Amino acid sequence: MSLLLGSRFSLAAAGALRAAGSSAAAALTQLHCPSGAGVAGGGTAPSAARSKSSSSGAGEFGCEDAAETMEIPGGRIPVTRALRFAGGPSEPDSPKMPCYRVLDPAGRLLPGAEQPHPPSGPELVALYEAMARLQVMDTIFYEAQRQGRFSFYMTCAGEEAAIVGSAAGLDPQDQVFSQYREHGVLLWRGFSFDDFANQCYGNELEPGKGRQMPIHYGSTRLAYHTVSSPLATQLPHAVGTAYALKLRRSPNVGVAYFGEGASSEGDCHAALNFAAVLGAPCLFICRNNGYAISTPSYEQYRGDGVASRGPPLGVPSIRVDGGDAVAVVNATRAARALAVREGCPVLIEAMCYRSGHHSTSDDSSRYRTREEMAEFRARDPAVRLRQHLDAAGLWDAARDAELRRAARVQAVAALDAAARVPKAPLSSAFEDVYKEAPWHIREQRDAALAFARAHPHVVPQGVPLR
Amino acid sequence: MLPFAALASLRGIAARGGLRAASAASALGAPAASAWAAPRRAVGTSAPAAAAASAPEHQQSAEEPRLPQRGEARKLNLCSAVNEALHVALEADDSACVFGEDVAFGGVFRATVGLQERFGAERVFNTPLSEQGIVGFGIGLAAAGGTAIAEIQFADYIFPAFDQLVNEAAKMRYRSGGLFSCSGLTVRAPCGAVGHGGHYHSQSPESYFAAVPGLKVVMPSSPAEAKGLLLACIREPDPCVFFEPKMLYRTAVEDVPAGDYTIPLGVARTLSEGSDVTLVGWGAQVLVLAQAAKAAAALPRPISCEVIDLRTLMPWDAKAVAASVSKTGRLIVSHEAPLTGHFGAEITARIAERCFARLEAPPLRICGADTPFPLVYEPLYLPGVERVLEAIKASAEY
Ligand SMILES: Cc1ncc(C[n+]2csc(CCOP(=O)(O)OP(=O)(O)O)c2C)c(N)n1
Ligand SMILES: [Mg+2]
Repeated sequence: MSLLLGSRFSLAAAGALRAAGSSAAAALTQLHCPSGAGVAGGGTAPSAARSKSSSSGAGEFGCEDAAETMEIPGGRIPVTRALRFAGGPSEPDSPKMPCYRVLDPAGRLLPGAEQPHPPSGPELVALYEAMARLQVMDTIFYEAQRQGRFSFYMTCAGEEAAIVGSAAGLDPQDQVFSQYREHGVLLWRGFSFDDFANQCYGNELEPGKGRQMPIHYGSTRLAYHTVSSPLATQLPHAVGTAYALKLRRSPNVGVAYFGEGASSEGDCHAALNFAAVLGAPCLFICRNNGYAISTPSYEQYRGDGVASRGPPLGVPSIRVDGGDAVAVVNATRAARALAVREGCPVLIEAMCYRSGHHSTSDDSSRYRTREEMAEFRARDPAVRLRQHLDAAGLWDAARDAELRRAARVQAVAALDAAARVPKAPLSSAFEDVYKEAPWHIREQRDAALAFARAHPHVVPQGVPLR
Repeated sequence: MLPFAALASLRGIAARGGLRAASAASALGAPAASAWAAPRRAVGTSAPAAAAASAPEHQQSAEEPRLPQRGEARKLNLCSAVNEALHVALEADDSACVFGEDVAFGGVFRATVGLQERFGAERVFNTPLSEQGIVGFGIGLAAAGGTAIAEIQFADYIFPAFDQLVNEAAKMRYRSGGLFSCSGLTVRAPCGAVGHGGHYHSQSPESYFAAVPGLKVVMPSSPAEAKGLLLACIREPDPCVFFEPKMLYRTAVEDVPAGDYTIPLGVARTLSEGSDVTLVGWGAQVLVLAQAAKAAAALPRPISCEVIDLRTLMPWDAKAVAASVSKTGRLIVSHEAPLTGHFGAEITARIAERCFARLEAPPLRICGADTPFPLVYEPLYLPGVERVLEAIKASAEY
């Protein structure tokens, strides 16, 4: 019996190795828990090959006699005589996963903070400039929405460092699947204020042709998959893309951004598990900003946040201070290197605070106190980085004022220009449902055009009747 | 066995149906089945201009609902009427729970305002953000004899729960031979267009659920209707999906009876009687049909329309519709969901079978287009008053 099982186990183990790496050498490196830049966990080792000396061995669970083991399909597990439950409410003081940080809240370098991939001076300046421009754009676009210029907007205040910092840690061609609050990644990659404004206005210059709500950006050039409102659906997509990249030996990775609220969706678990099992080089970047609309994170989960879910699934994971741009850059670069080297997913949880309302449709004073908001808003991630730059002599108040002034002018000009651009013609609403429009859609398009010509007053402003 | 009427109607269509219908309609300058929409204005049953257009994610209302005294009827909008129904349900049944994303602070549309304060966090609570979790949890709560009133924040986001609804809730009684059921499950979901919701804050997915044996599907068209129908769903001994037209949350205002009352499921209501054309709809579309009927009555050669609010899609009141069509000889069904394969198809097919000999014109469907919901083009996508009016004329003059 055990012989028979044994052979099945080794098959399973071989399968796991095959999936995890293309060569035996690559596979072998997986037996060691990755140890880059403070990355915790490291379940890339196929369980069949895990020995009692592995880091997640018996000691952690209070097992005295770790020499005794039990064979199960897929490997061995330690045996214990103690009847003990792991985790749960009886362990409220169980250790929390620490948060990796490089800059203190005042922007000073923390002595001894590891920086395996320190951003250079010019990189830091570019990082700050993007964060500042993002803030200016958010403020002006938010105001434009309040004035009724378009129907919806979302800001990322409080999460600028997590978003732009992670973007700066990626290769520009890494395939990004965002949730909706990560427009800073696009900004970093070169999406212009005009591009943003065109999408919000839904005019003919935006690739989505006005079909989706504002903030649903997308760009093939910038490897940014078009935003889709249903939460967490993009996470398995990122894994599939990461797998495809690995198949074709691409040096790029898949990147899945999501909120801590979205992490409760079934798709999130599926994605993490798929990525681990199939060995997909995919970065999961969770923005834990404390809220999912009105729901505070303590009503979202009882465990230690999101990062702690990675290691048990076999996903190396790290928690990082999402207000610390330098820490986010380092963590993202290290995670990326690990994912490419090991052919595995990596989970990053960036601890932030959603300083703004959920969206222009939300009034967060209904569910959180002004004091709380004021206290967290004071921790502006851009200011923190700026203090660091100021101290290093890389930035000053005059440059700052000029950068923000110029950005304001540009953002307003972009909105004004976008408002003047016509919408895509009516017929375009019937394109792209399928590659080729079947008869019934062609029929409906023709009928819509005829109806619109007969009733011009029902045609939305700026929509050409073609 | 295919009923005789069905065979007859098949033969009829082959012999003289579709083609003539199409050419006759286009001779009128507007192929009736695809005549296009006027922008859908906010319409209310008694206070049309009550509120500004709603925001897609959150709607804020100035008025927070307060509970009326017994016997008193008061003017409420549809959102407050839903809120009142939930108060009544929680008051009457202490096994009842209300839960979903963001319901604790009152819900993104404010439909659950005040419930947690009044009934406690054990019975009114936020769930983690997972629709499959919400509905699956509700099924279990109901299977244990509880009353589960689950909120899905937007009907567009009900699909992660599709498996739970289709394979679990709908089949629980059947697969266990009646040993188990989730009678006490009601899933509420705001649906439909608001004018700027785009793909994922606009959809009307009712027909997907109406096609599942075992689920009851309801959509109200006014505040008083919403309260009575929601309470009926909550007490119905079958799992119900209750779609709330969010366009009407603020814009539809009328007198809503106080206290506890139900409106029976499966029974349509006739909004206005007429002799020439039967108009069938549900939810916000009923108000569009009522406006179109008014406009048709005001034409130089007036057309008299009978407007039927189906209220329940499953089981739907075929008897009422057939009786009306037997009188008028003409049928128009209208819904926001796409034309092809949605519930208008079921109604027109069934009525063609039942009323074949009485029909004076082909039954027509005036619906959304077979595309995703296109933000910029919403006024043209929706089956508005003018498109319905064109169809009424085409049908009457057929
Ligand atoms: C499947 C699905 N359910 C519900 C919603 C409605 N919704 C939009 S955003 C949101 C909260 C998301 O919170 P989180 O993931 O933490 O992201 P954050 O907004 O904090 O960035 C909800 C419930 C949705 N878009 N999709
Ligand atoms: Mg969040």
